[in-house]
Amino acid sequence: MDKTYYNPDDLKKFGDIAEFQPELAEKFFDYYGSVFKEGALTEREKSLIALAVSHAVQCPYCIDAYTKDSLQKGVDEEQMMEAVHVAAAIRGGASLVHGVQMMNKVKEVTM
Amino acid sequence: MIKSLQARQEPLAKSEAQVAWLENEGGGERFSSKLQDCGLYPLRATGVTVLQVNLGKMCNQVCKHCHVDAGPDRKEIMTKETMQQCLDVLASTDIPVVDLTGGAPEMNPHFRWFVEEISALGRKVMVRCNLTIILANPKYHDLPEFFKKHQVEVVSSLPAVTALRTDAQRGKGVFDKSIKALQMLNAVGYGQEGTGLKLNLVYNPSGAFMSGSQEALEKEFKSRLSSRFDIIFNQLYAITNLPVSRFLEFLVESGNYDAYMDGLIEAFNPAAAEGVMCRNTISVGWDGYLYDCDFNQMLDLKVAVKNGVHIKDYNAIALNEREIVLGQHCYGCTAGAGSSCGGQTA
Repeated sequence: MDKTYYNPDDLKKFGDIAEFQPELAEKFFDYYGSVFKEGALTEREKSLIALAVSHAVQCPYCIDAYTKDSLQKGVDEEQMMEAVHVAAAIRGGASLVHGVQMMNKVKEVTM
Repeated sequence: MIKSLQARQEPLAKSEAQVAWLENEGGGERFSSKLQDCGLYPLRATGVTVLQVNLGKMCNQVCKHCHVDAGPDRKEIMTKETMQQCLDVLASTDIPVVDLTGGAPEMNPHFRWFVEEISALGRKVMVRCNLTIILANPKYHDLPEFFKKHQVEVVSSLPAVTALRTDAQRGKGVFDKSIKALQMLNAVGYGQEGTGLKLNLVYNPSGAFMSGSQEALEKEFKSRLSSRFDIIFNQLYAITNLPVSRFLEFLVESGNYDAYMDGLIEAFNPAAAEGVMCRNTISVGWDGYLYDCDFNQMLDLKVAVKNGVHIKDYNAIALNEREIVLGQHCYGCTAGAGSSCGGQTA
């Protein structure tokens, strides 16, 4: 396949979003940088959260970036996969918990 | 066990082929021009406080990232005569630290004699111990006691606190043996408060990525090694893998070379460049030739000192203010927080 919607090289161009709207881009990247600095959570913990969220939102750029970032921060394979399972559990649970809503409706409209 | 590049007759086994690759492939701004931009070119030595001596390429391990291309199939080791020439240099200078490396330096038959002689001169000895050598043969089992006797600072590699990552880089079974060796070092007092016996670990990323914060990694290693294996150590040195020898081959073969070099160049840090270790180090090859660092040694880039490129012709005045020989691989020591044999530099 010659063309895909996702191009790995585009990740390096993330900063280019400023070309069309510099002010908001600057605010976003400042905020982004601050979020990932060590605070009450370590940078390592934040990287693992980002890795899990990347899978939840299914962002290939983010998965590439935070897999590498997690490795750089000394996270091992087992820990990374457990983080992905956390994302999967929440995604699966989010669907299943709506089963209660379905049950409520069923009970409301049936004899 | 994999073989060295030399035994496999790989083109990148030759230093000239590596230099040609580094200088011609991948592009990127020349390292020297980057230094020029921040007023550091020509880069000059600021004296010599560390004599790093490579006792040979022979090793009991064949790590995938080894910049020495060391292994059991390498037979090049330093002779006693060359060691004596190193001792003569030490006696005629005030170089305070001798950093012994290899291969596995302990496999050199004159290793213990050399350590004793350096100690007798009142100089501090550091040994880059791969840990598994302590268990490799009964004749090495007493190394922790020997190190202790001579107050040798032990610096050992451990890329992860799991077998999966460690063995992937350093060979099957290396993690379990390393843990046992660390426990043996702890047992004689290494890493223990109040003993003065320093045990420092080296973290080399086990792949085509740079190291994260040294401080955060040290915290993580200390916590996990202590809780899982009851192991303690002093400091963790985060060291960037330089694109030399087997790590260069890995980058090329895995298709990661361009992205890795781009990452190093992008992360160039002038503060790290100012503190590079070649400025206060002389690296001695197994055959006595002199280099600015262990990486230049493997690329056969000898010191730029006329008539003084061998330990027998050591010219302290010229070496103390020599111009450092540079190449694209130097980006490895200046990326991010910097990298040296003693960890981050900026």
